[in-house]
Parts: sequence; C-alpha cells; structure tokens
Amino acid sequence: MRYSGFRVIREALTGHKGWGPAWRDATPQASYDYIIVGGGGHGLATAYYLAKEFKQARIALVEKGWIGGGNVGRNTTIIRSNYLLDGNEPFYEFSLKLWEGLEQDFNYNAMVSQRGIINLYHTDAQRDAYTRRGNAMILHGADAELLNRDQVRAMYPFLNFDNARFPIKGALMQRRGGTVRHDAVAWGYARGASDRGVDIIQNCEVTGFRREGGRVTGIETSRGFIGAKKIGVAVAGSSSKVMAAADMRLPMESHVLQAFVSEGLKPVIDGVMTYGAGHFYVSQSDKGGLVFGGDIDGYNSYAQRGNMPVVEDVAEGGMSLMPMIGRARLLRSWGGIMDMSMDGSPIIDKTDIEGLYFNGGWCYGGFKATPASGWCFAHLLATGNPHPTATAYRFDRFRKGLMIDEKGQGAQPNLH
Amino acid sequence: MIINHPLLGPRDAQEFTYLGDATLIDRPDGLSFPSADAAMDAMHDYLYQRSNPAGEHRELWFHEQGDRSWLVVTRNTVTHEILKVELARDVARMRGRSK
Repeated sequence: MRYSGFRVIREALTGHKGWGPAWRDATPQASYDYIIVGGGGHGLATAYYLAKEFKQARIALVEKGWIGGGNVGRNTTIIRSNYLLDGNEPFYEFSLKLWEGLEQDFNYNAMVSQRGIINLYHTDAQRDAYTRRGNAMILHGADAELLNRDQVRAMYPFLNFDNARFPIKGALMQRRGGTVRHDAVAWGYARGASDRGVDIIQNCEVTGFRREGGRVTGIETSRGFIGAKKIGVAVAGSSSKVMAAADMRLPMESHVLQAFVSEGLKPVIDGVMTYGAGHFYVSQSDKGGLVFGGDIDGYNSYAQRGNMPVVEDVAEGGMSLMPMIGRARLLRSWGGIMDMSMDGSPIIDKTDIEGLYFNGGWCYGGFKATPASGWCFAHLLATGNPHPTATAYRFDRFRKGLMIDEKGQGAQPNLH
Repeated sequence: MIINHPLLGPRDAQEFTYLGDATLIDRPDGLSFPSADAAMDAMHDYLYQRSNPAGEHRELWFHEQGDRSWLVVTRNTVTHEILKVELARDVARMRGRSK
C-alpha cells in the first residue's frame, strides 16, 4: 500500500478500514542468500537497500527483541554532516543527502526536518578550528557557514552570551542539518524492506555462527538454525557479544550514553545547538520537550541506564549555556549502549571469516549515519567491495596506523 | 557507584577516572618476540583489541581526586555491581612485574 494525501482522505471518508500492518512479521525459513543480524536502524536500512538497490533475492533480518528497540529509539535524533577528516566527511555528506530524499524514497513520513545545527564557539582558537572544519565540509560538497556573535544572538537571544569564562563568540552553522523522527526511520525502513520481500524475524537471538572450512554457513538462533551464504552483523552496542560467537575480539568497548527530555514547553529552540565549552547538545521536539544529552558515563556498561553524576554534569552544561533551562522540569531520561571504538570512528568491513561481514563501532554518532551505513553495508555485502565513501572504515586501520580520530584522543574509547 | 578502596574505605566513583580493561597492566615487551611481525601483532592486540564482556569485568580506575593510587576493580557491566577492589600495584606484582 502506498501512503499519500489522497489515501489519507479516502481512509478518513471510509472509516479507516483499509489500513493494514506496515510490515510483515515473518517466521524463519531454512536458508537465505543474505541474513542481516540486528533490527535497528542500520540493520533495517541495510536490508532495505540490499533489496531495493542491489536487487538481491532471499534476504532475512533477525532481531533478538523487537525492531527499533535499541539505539534507533534512544538517540537525540540529530542529523548533520559537519566532520573534519577525509575518511569521515564524504560518508556523512552522502548520508545527509540520503536523508534529504528518504521520505520520498521509502514513502513514509519520517519527519525529516532540516532546521539547522549550530556549534557554538567561545574562543579565538575554537573559531579557527571551526573555520577549518567548515572549509573541509565545503570542499566535500557540504554546506557550512561561520556566524558571528550578533547572528547567533538574533537566533537565540536567551543564550548566556556574556558568561565571564565562556562567552559565546559565534558559531559554525550547517543549515541542512536538523532532526528526524527516529522511530519512524526504523518503521519506514522495515516497511520498505518487507514490501520488497525481506523476512523480518523478531524474537530471534543469534547464539552462534556455523562455520565450515573458514566460511560461514549460517547462524544458530533461539529459533533454530538458519542457513545463509552471506551474513552481515549490525548490532551496535552488542557488537563484542555477537562477534565473540565468531571468536573475534573487536577494537571497541561498550559504554552507556544517557539522554534527557524536559516537560513540553512553548517553541523556543527552532534548530539544533551544541555547546562548545561543555558537552551539551539540545533541540526541541515537535511536542515541545527539550531533547538533550551530554557525555557518556565513561566506564564499560551493558546496563542501558546510567548514573547520577552524568545527569548532574549534563544539567550543569545546560545551565551554563542557557540559564533559563533551570526553570524546566525533567520529564524522562534513559540510556543506550554505544560501541565506543578505539579512534571514535566506525567499521564497515568484511572479517577474516569468509561470508561474515561487520558493521559497528558507531560511538554515539550512529543515528545520523543510518542511511549511508545501510547503503554502504549493502554495497559491501552485494559486491564484496567497500562503497567509495566508506573505504576508510576498515578493521586493519589500527594495525596500519590509519586511524580516523576526529578528536585526537588516541586509543581511549571513553574519551571519544 | 561506590568503590571500596582497599586503603581508604568506600569512596564515590566520581573521585576516580576510568582507564579500561585491566589487561592493560600486561604490556608486551616488544623485544621478547621472535619476529617484528609477532611483536607488532602482540602490541596491536594489547593496544586496540578488547574482550568487552557483558558481565564480570576487571578494570583499571585511578583515584585522581584522592590518594592517586591505581585500582583493579572487578565490576559487573550488566548490573554495575562492584565485586572486588584491589591495588593495581599488588596485582602487577602478583603477575611478576617489578622483580
């Protein structure tokens, strides 16, 4: 069924009797050509692009819980392509371009809203660094604009401009950045994939990989063995756990990141904003809640909930940037588990086991990457070669010294 | 989280900074390998690869806002429960370091 304005009117006039489920809850068959492990944003996008762009037959996606129940439903919904390094920027710009055409492409309202993102700067050195970053973005075909203090003040007059220690001096702006309704991304990709014949199998946890002569032949799951020629794993947060079943150790640690939403307020922040002097980023949802977050808790965790010190730290960041936030009450907070990689950048690569492919290590920037991650992973699965924008995301970059370390922190996952 | 420091008693985890897996104590000696490739492999695995278990995890914490000692904390990464706290110095000596 195609969704359209005409369809909405017709259903409204006929008692909404024609709507069916958006996608098919499948039961596993004996074998497939391709199995995608992980029913989050990246896994669903991979299945969708594999079926749509690369025309592959017999694809299944297995998920241990329900689709969209992990990080795609837990993030702060920001999309942007404001990276500095050559290994990253073309990939994220490709992703932003896919976001721009996504709703037409998969015929689903994902509420893609290019409301603009600003990164505030507070010192001359930070201004210079953002100038450099903006130039790098423009060189890769993205948009970037350096705003001065008055331009920022015209947009957000309530910010703490004259903070004695961290005065706001301006911002790097990307007007094409913005927010997307995150759950709708999962549902839209699931619907698009299901319509093209992908079996979406829920409550199906992978417990092992069956191998013969250095090659995978299928997965052992809580619903029995399923055979496959090629298997793609996209289970960010649980990557180390799943790949341990294939006797692999990964260059990453799992960490918990918390996010927060305030009570509903009148419109006050019409774009996305990041604080340059503390780790704090905020936007306002269409329901009025301020959606914000900060740093990861900083220690290995699989708990999907964090501790109070980081709540306090994020609140302090918010108070320092926009003191009026102190009058708002917190409605909810939650946590998600991140693959924190050794250089802060992801991996989309084949493994040493023939037929087994891996996608993970997104740190806490995976949501914005969803379309390109799916596209590039599908490209790798279908053709055996990396997509041109994702050639740097290899396992062996650590061995070869080709790290993609935006923050220059070194092999310290909790600092990326 | 409260870390029960072997010398100072229970301390708030906020006084500490976190480094990572306690295997970082066992840095390989690059000169003790038969070939440069073997040394490279060992150093690569030491520096970049992690077991990253869901469950019991031995990890290094530094008491930065306290007595500046390094601790090996055994903690459950699923529940955040702290099971055991040792001085990293004692652990390293037990493994034959500083002899």
